[in-house]
Amino acid sequence: MNPRRTFAILLRHVYLLRGSPARVVPLFAWVAIDIVLWGFITKYLNSVAQSGFNFVPVLLGAVLLWDFFTRVMQGVTMAFFEDVWSRNFLNIFASPLSIVEYLSGLVLSCIMTSLVGLLAMLVLASTIFGLSFFGFGLAFVPFLSILFVFGIALGIAGSAVVLRLGPAAEWLIWPIPALVSPFAGVFYPLSTLPEWMRIVARAVPASYVFEGMRAIIAGGSGQLRSGAAMAWGAALALAYLAGAVWLFTATHRRAVRTGLIARYSSETVT
Amino acid sequence: MSPTLPSPPHPAKVAMMEERAGSLSTVLSVAHLRKNYGATVAVEDVSFQVDRNEIVGLLGPNGAGKTTTINMILGVLEPAAGTIHIDGVNLAEARSRALEATNFAAVYAPLPGNLTVQQNLMIFAMLYGVAKPGPRIEELLEKFDLTAFRGTKCGVLSSGEQTRVCLAKALLNHPKLLLLDEPTASLDPATAHEIRAKIRAFVGRDDTCGVLWTSHNMYEVEEVCNRVLFLSHGRILLDGDPKTLPRDYGKSTLEELFIAVAREPLALEWTEAK
Repeated sequence: MNPRRTFAILLRHVYLLRGSPARVVPLFAWVAIDIVLWGFITKYLNSVAQSGFNFVPVLLGAVLLWDFFTRVMQGVTMAFFEDVWSRNFLNIFASPLSIVEYLSGLVLSCIMTSLVGLLAMLVLASTIFGLSFFGFGLAFVPFLSILFVFGIALGIAGSAVVLRLGPAAEWLIWPIPALVSPFAGVFYPLSTLPEWMRIVARAVPASYVFEGMRAIIAGGSGQLRSGAAMAWGAALALAYLAGAVWLFTATHRRAVRTGLIARYSSETVT
Repeated sequence: MSPTLPSPPHPAKVAMMEERAGSLSTVLSVAHLRKNYGATVAVEDVSFQVDRNEIVGLLGPNGAGKTTTINMILGVLEPAAGTIHIDGVNLAEARSRALEATNFAAVYAPLPGNLTVQQNLMIFAMLYGVAKPGPRIEELLEKFDLTAFRGTKCGVLSSGEQTRVCLAKALLNHPKLLLLDEPTASLDPATAHEIRAKIRAFVGRDDTCGVLWTSHNMYEVEEVCNRVLFLSHGRILLDGDPKTLPRDYGKSTLEELFIAVAREPLALEWTEAK
């Protein structure tokens, strides 16, 4: 693996961001709006709830983590779509760049863009709405790590789908986080779900993060259980990442065999 | 003079070419290349080589298999059979190493329009492992009269300017093998003449580079190429010097020969059989 070639993919994204405010603003604008919206909702709920239950870490913390996951996934797919939109596949894939180097470049681009969003959310949530991440302790690191790896995996898998089905298939990719969210239990415990949805949820790494987050807030023995669940969630996320890389590699190999890479510009290529 | 049409490569000739794949003089060696899409055969048993300091024209009518052949050499299309060696490296076994010695420009592969000329060249310089990209980019900007456009996004350049940017990108890594698919198709005659001179100068100066050039401009082919290969229906029908080949086949110009190959390849084969 040649780090310079990987860095070239990152540099391409830096150039694009530098020359285009329309690409920069969405990195933090939508997540900031989400935090503000949910921040005021939690404030309102705190004021009307009889129990004295603090909704801020449960709801606002969940929104922050979920938006981070969404930004990570979109960070990968957006970097990939830049090559789709500029019809750059022939130039990119006829160069010495390997698939692992290309995917690593997409991940580096995604780290850069998702960190911008995360920073904006952390600043807003802690300064305006008093969300303290010290409450989560060190668990905040595995929370973010699992969501990051799972987001990368879904981003790479989504890119493979667009590579296989053509540019129009990008509309299948945007709603993926919305499809996953009911099973991730972002805002409610998994016990709320019917049995069949709970079975699906056990295969979603993000569900372990949100269950773990609620267990830490609740305190007691739930914290111990959440540690084991977190390890399982991390293993699942890594398995998805390996599967996604395999899927992209296999899709690329097929595209090279069928000639799809060389003529990838039409509306649909199925 | 009786026409002589090279029949599909003789096994002994192919064996010799495979031996030459590792030789110092050969920069590209293609042997028994075949590509089919289901029952449709795009390229059938194509074998040829390009030597250093040699410009080889790959000619043929639309759909003859030229771009398919180039795509296979670029590693973006997998052959159904056959081998490709670039600078002695087997493309199928060491793709990145083989492509480090290659570069290309094609009318259908413009550089991303949302990046400036300099940004595009910097990115591709890094992808192709150029050791000192800055000075090399400056040199090429100057060589292709692109200095004034260094900060201009490629998407707003004229087609001629975009072609020059693509050619600058194609020369970034001092390629041993340069693939040019109709490189002057969108240029006016004066600019095309200038570009041809620059490419010839590059090949002559480096003395290590071989070029595979496709074009439908027979005047250009005659002016530039040391040797031409005529492809028809995925097979190489003719291989020879563009200046003498028409006479060998009873035609007065290369264009006449091209038209004959495009319209009646079977007649040429029949003449050969006779």
